Amino acid sequence: MTVQEGGVQEGRAGAEIGSPRKRSEDARLIAGRTQWTDNMTPQGTLHVAFLRSPHAHARIVRVDASQAMGRPGVVAAFSGADFADEQGSLPCAWPVTDDMKHPDHPPMAVSEVRFVGEPVACVVARDKSAAFDALDEIDIDYEPLPAVLNMDAALAEGSDLVHDDLGTNKSYTWVFENGDLDAALRDAPVVIEREYVQQRLIPTAMEPRSVLCVPDGDDFTLYSATQIPHILRLMLATVTEIPEHRIRVVAPDVGGGFGSKLQVCGEEVLALLLARRLGRPVKWTESRSEGNMTVHHGRDQIQRLTLAAERDGRIRGFKADILADMGAYLMLVTPGIPILGAFMYNGIYKMDAYSFTCTGVFTTKTPTDAYRGAGRPEATYAIERMMDELAAELGVDPIEIRRRNWIAHEEFPYETIAGLTYDSGNYEAATDKALELFEYDKLRAEQADRRDRRDPVQLGIGVSTFTEMCGIAPSRVLGSLSYGAGGWEHASVRILASGKVEVVTGSSPHGQGHETAWAQIAADRLGVPFEDVRVLHGDTAISPKGMDTYGSRSLAIGGVALFSACDKVVEKARRVAAHLLEAAEQDLEFTAGRFSVRGVQEEGKTLQEVALATFAAHDLPDGVEPSLDSDATFDPENFSFPHGTHLCAAEVDTETGMVHLRKYVAVDDVGKVINPLIVEGQVHGGLAQGIAQALYEEAVYDADGNLTTTTMADYLIPSAADLPTFTTDRTETPATSNPMGVKGVGEAGTIASTPAVVNAIVDALRPYGVNDVPMPCTPERVWRALRSETKPDTAEPGAGGGLGSASASGSDSDSAGGAQ
Amino acid sequence: MIPAAFDYARPASVDDAVRVLADAGEDAKVLAGGQSLMPLLRLRLAIPDALVDVGRIGALREIRDDGDALVIGAMATHHQVIRDPLVREHAPLIAAAAETVADPAVRHRGTFGGSLAHADPAGDLPAVALALDAVFLVRSVRGEREIPATEFFVDWMTSAMEPDELLVGVRVPKPGPGWGVHYEKFHRTAQAWAIVGVACAVRRNGGAIEEARVALTNMGPAPVRADGVENAVRGRPVSEDSFRSAAEHATEGTEPPGDLHGSPEYRSHLATVLTSRALAAAAV
Repeated sequence: MTVQEGGVQEGRAGAEIGSPRKRSEDARLIAGRTQWTDNMTPQGTLHVAFLRSPHAHARIVRVDASQAMGRPGVVAAFSGADFADEQGSLPCAWPVTDDMKHPDHPPMAVSEVRFVGEPVACVVARDKSAAFDALDEIDIDYEPLPAVLNMDAALAEGSDLVHDDLGTNKSYTWVFENGDLDAALRDAPVVIEREYVQQRLIPTAMEPRSVLCVPDGDDFTLYSATQIPHILRLMLATVTEIPEHRIRVVAPDVGGGFGSKLQVCGEEVLALLLARRLGRPVKWTESRSEGNMTVHHGRDQIQRLTLAAERDGRIRGFKADILADMGAYLMLVTPGIPILGAFMYNGIYKMDAYSFTCTGVFTTKTPTDAYRGAGRPEATYAIERMMDELAAELGVDPIEIRRRNWIAHEEFPYETIAGLTYDSGNYEAATDKALELFEYDKLRAEQADRRDRRDPVQLGIGVSTFTEMCGIAPSRVLGSLSYGAGGWEHASVRILASGKVEVVTGSSPHGQGHETAWAQIAADRLGVPFEDVRVLHGDTAISPKGMDTYGSRSLAIGGVALFSACDKVVEKARRVAAHLLEAAEQDLEFTAGRFSVRGVQEEGKTLQEVALATFAAHDLPDGVEPSLDSDATFDPENFSFPHGTHLCAAEVDTETGMVHLRKYVAVDDVGKVINPLIVEGQVHGGLAQGIAQALYEEAVYDADGNLTTTTMADYLIPSAADLPTFTTDRTETPATSNPMGVKGVGEAGTIASTPAVVNAIVDALRPYGVNDVPMPCTPERVWRALRSETKPDTAEPGAGGGLGSASASGSDSDSAGGAQ
Repeated sequence: MIPAAFDYARPASVDDAVRVLADAGEDAKVLAGGQSLMPLLRLRLAIPDALVDVGRIGALREIRDDGDALVIGAMATHHQVIRDPLVREHAPLIAAAAETVADPAVRHRGTFGGSLAHADPAGDLPAVALALDAVFLVRSVRGEREIPATEFFVDWMTSAMEPDELLVGVRVPKPGPGWGVHYEKFHRTAQAWAIVGVACAVRRNGGAIEEARVALTNMGPAPVRADGVENAVRGRPVSEDSFRSAAEHATEGTEPPGDLHGSPEYRSHLATVLTSRALAAAAV
């Protein structure tokens, strides 16, 4: 959408919410005046480097770190065994079933390694290079064990086991059923079955993970590139048995996360333990290749789907059988990620029956966990791809098939087949707007023309009418799902003597723009200038209560907490103002930051005047404490449900398989908007990430369980040059579950866009008999789909060109690099 | 990651550079912009004893007219090459290919000679040099010698230069009037290496192709001159049919690699399709 610049009047109260303010944090971030964890090096800091397993699965026979100790600058070297008694086991906070298999997960492997990249030993040195160089001197004997890479094979009788003591590679099976699915499948005239693979993705935050732990006697300050300083503090205390009040966690400037920093990393635990053992600050920052191997991965599910429908297109039932790759261990919320999708496979549609079964499977790969959307992109992909398959099967336009099934706007609130109550929405309005912006009929006409002409470049149109659940989450619901914590969020507002305002939020920004949006909320609610508000966050000593940032929850939970805290400030100030104005509280009105007696505008007190009077406390009403400070904790009663209609036009070169995105229209309904510029930025970034899953990204393991996509030459991330110009717009249907009417936007673009793109590609190729292209839809896969070949259904590593060829042939290191 | 330790020298002249290189022995590498070498060092795929940084030798940045040829200094950056009027006039294929290299940051630091000496078959410029019959000017303490492009690219990331030799420049014959050129690069993202690339120059005489030069990127351990295509299209009318049938010869003599971005079979298919397109674009 068009954003008007300069439309904001500085400090005009009441005009902040809804204003497209440029983000106040950006000048600092863009100019490099930032405080990344890795930028901090207190006096005496020691640097850690980790030696990581080169095997997918092996028994550790012997570790000898003594030679490393003799290297210059090296202070200490340790194996997992050296920390066996104190390192504990990394936490999993989401035991999704009572009988879930949950293996121990030592931060540094002691007796067995189960994925390539698992830490086995470490060197601590006076500089980073010395630590890294000394890793070569650590001698480890491994006894290789069989890699377990394929989920179906892992579940078969007699399979090699990832965790021998568990006796199985199955972690859990989680089931949700509603309605008579058997009847639907038996009676429906149309039954469509498909299998889709949600490939494994590597979350790629701009800032790599980094941790610095500074000891101070029995107290520890841990700086970390984390999304979750509060959860991390509690978990570190639990794992290490260092009392919670002895640990302070600081998330300074954090450069993106997308879920990858919603984690309690072994490196964080070890930094804390090393700092305690050595009594000096200890720092670790990963390299990009190290990160690709060891930051938790996302997606990696096999979806076996069945949709039953009537001949007129009405859906009878939907069945989703999911295999979800846990990787080698269960990390913070690993098993729950696919379960978050369980409530979304029905999408925006009405149906009689629904069945969801998910089995979590251990493999000898990097653990999976939350990645932007976390379960909901997978679910949305499944239902939106299947809606297009249904449309094709019946010869009905994909928009029309959706109209026949979606919840009409007058039917809200609507209890879905998955048991959620969608509070509000207007799918008709978003779709109509998107169709108009897209010029749908014109593009369909061009598509028909290209088909008639047998143009080698075919045009396809993809539709995605998505919804998602965000605002995570009502604590009672989390409890019913066996999640280990609640879903509330906290905010406090401090009114300083001068009338300036400090907002403290438990939500922990890492790129979202809280410092701007939160100041806009506070400025409007308190009637103070935007510039008078400062937002504090990301430090458990400054912001002691919080549930942090993930799942598009910040505004819908944390923003609402701030909204309530501001209202409490105004109520406190009203008592003082009434006293000062010698009026009854109920006779006061509060507008634009000023209390006045109704009907007597000229007599009044500004919030700043009340603040100063409260600070002086010379003349307060009896029983009133000299403070306007207030806090609030908001626990939602329901999720929020952003939705939207995304349309993608893709040109597919049938001679080469290359896909070119011609046009992309996203009309999102994220409820009330605080800052439309930030919302648009979130949508753009989300679209890029969702399109990346459709076209570019895939973590690929070879037959021995080695990750082959360890550099950005092999793991392709699109840049602006690879993406179309996005047309974004909004409809605005307020959420009814919170007083601000807000829903959340952080994941919408990612959730919506992947099926829109793949639907467009398949739509282009349907005349050739193609009904699927596995993701990512590389040119070769499109080409093979056109030749009715399914191989290779996963990318196969090998030697090729560029740096990719160099790394694939890495053992021959001396020959790499001809001369210059 | 962090490169292994190495000695570092930054000579101020070519004479100094070749002396340092001679003294440094077999395991020295020349640093000529570092856009390919530095990643290899950081990944420890290359562990040289010494780096000889020729980045401060101004004379190596020169691009000059040498009568019937251009001489492009080895240390001219891609950015410089793309904008140079002599290159644009007499070797537009080089400018066209250099424009597709990676991203603007890399094109500002990466160098023409560095990219050629790296001899990566996935690099864009080796195939171009081969198609244009470029001659490589090489210096060492033992003197100067010239290596034709057909002999320069020996194997995967291996050139015909000895360890003590420094590439100082490349002589590119001026083709004369009537040539059309095109570099057809097929890659998944803007910054990615070519899965396959086709460097093509075509001279028309009215409605017929008088001569064509075609070389392929990433279709073997070294860039491949597509002689079969050149012969098949010579003398044929300028038409889609001519190009398509000539392009059928594109895979002759190739050994396409297989990697995450394309199997050998797919690369062979692409070479055929892209060669036909490159011929058509160059012949316009």
